[in-house]
Amino acid sequence: MIIDLPSTTTSQVNSKLVELRERGGAVALGRVLTLVIVADDGAGLEHAIEAANAASREHPSRIIVAARGSRTAAARIDGQIRIGGDAGASEVIVLRLYGPLAGQGKSAVIPLLLPDAPIVTWWPGAGPAVPADDPLGAIAQRRITDSAAARNPVRTVRARAKNYVPGDTDLAWTRLTNWRAQLVAALDVPPFEPVTGATVTGEADSPSTELLAGWLAAYLRVPVKRVTTTTAEGIVAVSLQRPSGDIELHRPDGKVGTLTQPGQPARRIALQRRSVSEALIEELRRLDPDEVYERALRGLSLLRTKSKVISA
Amino acid sequence: MARSWQNPLRDERDKRLPRIAGPASLVIFGVTGDLARKKLMPAIYDLANRGLLPPGFALIGFARRDWADQDFGEIVHDAVAEHARTPFRESVWQRLAEGIRFVPGSFDDNEAFQRLAKTVTELDDERGTGGNHAFYLSVPPGAFPVVTQQLAKAGLTGGDGWRRVVVEKPFGHDLKSACELNAIVNSVFAEESVFRIDHYLGKETVQNILALRFANQLFEPIWNANYVDHVQITMAEDIGLGGRAGYYDGIGAARDVIQNHLLQLLAFTAMEEPLSFEPSQLRAEKVKVLRATSPVEPFDETTARGQYGGGWQGGAKVPGLLQEEGFAPDSTTETYAAVTLAVQNRRWAGVPFYLRSGKRLGRRVTEVAVVFKRAPHLPFDSTATEELGQNALVIRVQPDEGVTMRFGSKVPGTTMEVRDVTMDFGYGHAFTESSPEAYERLILDVLLGEPSLFPGNDEVELSWQILDPVLEHWAAKGAPETYPPGSWGPPSADAVLARTGRSWRRP
Repeated sequence: MIIDLPSTTTSQVNSKLVELRERGGAVALGRVLTLVIVADDGAGLEHAIEAANAASREHPSRIIVAARGSRTAAARIDGQIRIGGDAGASEVIVLRLYGPLAGQGKSAVIPLLLPDAPIVTWWPGAGPAVPADDPLGAIAQRRITDSAAARNPVRTVRARAKNYVPGDTDLAWTRLTNWRAQLVAALDVPPFEPVTGATVTGEADSPSTELLAGWLAAYLRVPVKRVTTTTAEGIVAVSLQRPSGDIELHRPDGKVGTLTQPGQPARRIALQRRSVSEALIEELRRLDPDEVYERALRGLSLLRTKSKVISA
Repeated sequence: MARSWQNPLRDERDKRLPRIAGPASLVIFGVTGDLARKKLMPAIYDLANRGLLPPGFALIGFARRDWADQDFGEIVHDAVAEHARTPFRESVWQRLAEGIRFVPGSFDDNEAFQRLAKTVTELDDERGTGGNHAFYLSVPPGAFPVVTQQLAKAGLTGGDGWRRVVVEKPFGHDLKSACELNAIVNSVFAEESVFRIDHYLGKETVQNILALRFANQLFEPIWNANYVDHVQITMAEDIGLGGRAGYYDGIGAARDVIQNHLLQLLAFTAMEEPLSFEPSQLRAEKVKVLRATSPVEPFDETTARGQYGGGWQGGAKVPGLLQEEGFAPDSTTETYAAVTLAVQNRRWAGVPFYLRSGKRLGRRVTEVAVVFKRAPHLPFDSTATEELGQNALVIRVQPDEGVTMRFGSKVPGTTMEVRDVTMDFGYGHAFTESSPEAYERLILDVLLGEPSLFPGNDEVELSWQILDPVLEHWAAKGAPETYPPGSWGPPSADAVLARTGRSWRRP
């Protein structure tokens, strides 16, 4: 069900929510968090809401969308409440903010937050430079950005390293989890030898590749070479050098990876790129600061700049 | 070296990383069975889809069928397409399919086991399974001795890497047979490599009982005989036993469900806090509480059993047990069983635990209901609290997973009147859709060698020790009482609670 509340105020939205709950009794599910989506009003907005709805199947939540409309229009909030089939396992409140209100998202969001429940703010597009300083970031326990959506992803991820505050996280980091899991598991089996060096190959503007290199540099404490390529999207290959031979994880097509280790047959692994909703589900699973992400960000400064370019 | 090796990339704070099993293969005996098709194969695919299986994972089927690897691959494919929880992805399936093998043969065929040994060795070379192999015995317990002996004879129970064996219930049909079964399995596999599957323990909600009890301050202070009046553990199914005669006739509800699932639920509900969640610590506490548990006599009054008759249930005419195909017309197998247990320790002295399970009951539900004592003094007129029942905390295990609390609240109006209301926590209907199936968790734990969610042989033997006296009593009693389909069991079950002024909760 979608209920439009044009030219409204947050207290009207609130009383409508209470009314819906009393009349339908449908909104009685346990909500575990409030997810605030901050974005510009436009085509991308629905995709973000859809991803959040899918994620709500694992994390029942109230979703508040603060959509910034035209700043030159007259000050106005257009509200919309979606429940039931139109909202997954959540309730979605879309607030379209016009004119001077576009910069006042916080004042519109605060009255609608769930009591006690943690707040997560997600910028599906280009987020603020310092998420923790943003008014809507400051009220949240977790701040999810997506460097890959920024105009200059690599510069953005490096800026995130400088401005990191516990509670920050980035979907470029979340997309790495499967890669990291495979690499960690590869070091769990014999031969147990120290890694002497590492090479990470990927697109020039792939923030995930940067973070993977940063993570390896921070944890392995060895020189990590960052190689850029134009042959495929995202991360393409990782190799860890060891005395008895290299461990290599290679994904040329963005779907299937091949893991080669000395003395063992090559193994193929399904390693497809993850959708936004998958990444979001993983992200909402934890609400405490991610220390490992922080170390990976610090690792970025240990990287040597581009040493080699492979082109198609 | 292995011991001192510290994986530099591991960080215990890294909660994102899934636990991926090391290189391994899984050999399934009894691949043509229902369980393998509906649960095991889909669970393996779902694990692969979630990226939790090791690269190079191999799945080997063993059955008396004239199949090639591809034929078996097709069977798995169809099972996955029909029953898997996660969406079908060709790329994931292709990786899994590369590691699928089939070995035809019967259990008494030495050569077939030699072929199996050869296949396993080949997989070590081709797929790098590294000598790590788990054997899943999805076969009747009667076949355990021959299969385990054959595995030993073919040299499959030793070598590099680890060897584990997975067995399904029933773990025997009484204490004696369970001990024999354990002895047979343990003669070939050491106890730490035996994994007994009780799929209830893989369910999120069952694990949540531990979180609810030991992570909160709210419940533990009242979780004892001072406040708790009694506990009801129910597992009801609305379906009958058509087509399951071979397994069920002569077994009955108590052996099928109470001995394993319900006693495990009791152990989780009643156990003391473990020192830690180390598998050995958790087991130690479960064993302790099971050791303190015994059935309450006289059994004529404290237990009940029934058998469903024919009639109308939920808009369909259903046959009674005796008319179901495959059951003897004079079968005395019970399809409903209720027992009263006492946990003799300081925490629970005097609190009866009522366990019941049955087929063709009102609806499908599994829950643990902790019913509290009445408030010692009510400062209201007796008319004000006429409708007030006992407070209750209900852990709903399935379906509609969650927790319900019942307590008194004032009825709006000018008079003071208190009535029971329900407070509900549902982890979303949704949660069930995306939460892992129990078998996924358990198969992964087998591959990881993580035994906390598997009952040890001492737990199995203790459970039989609790149930055996009741079963003996029933065996001497002839036919069980008939109850109509779709009801909540025979009248004698109500009498079990009524004798102490209590009544079953309607789930």
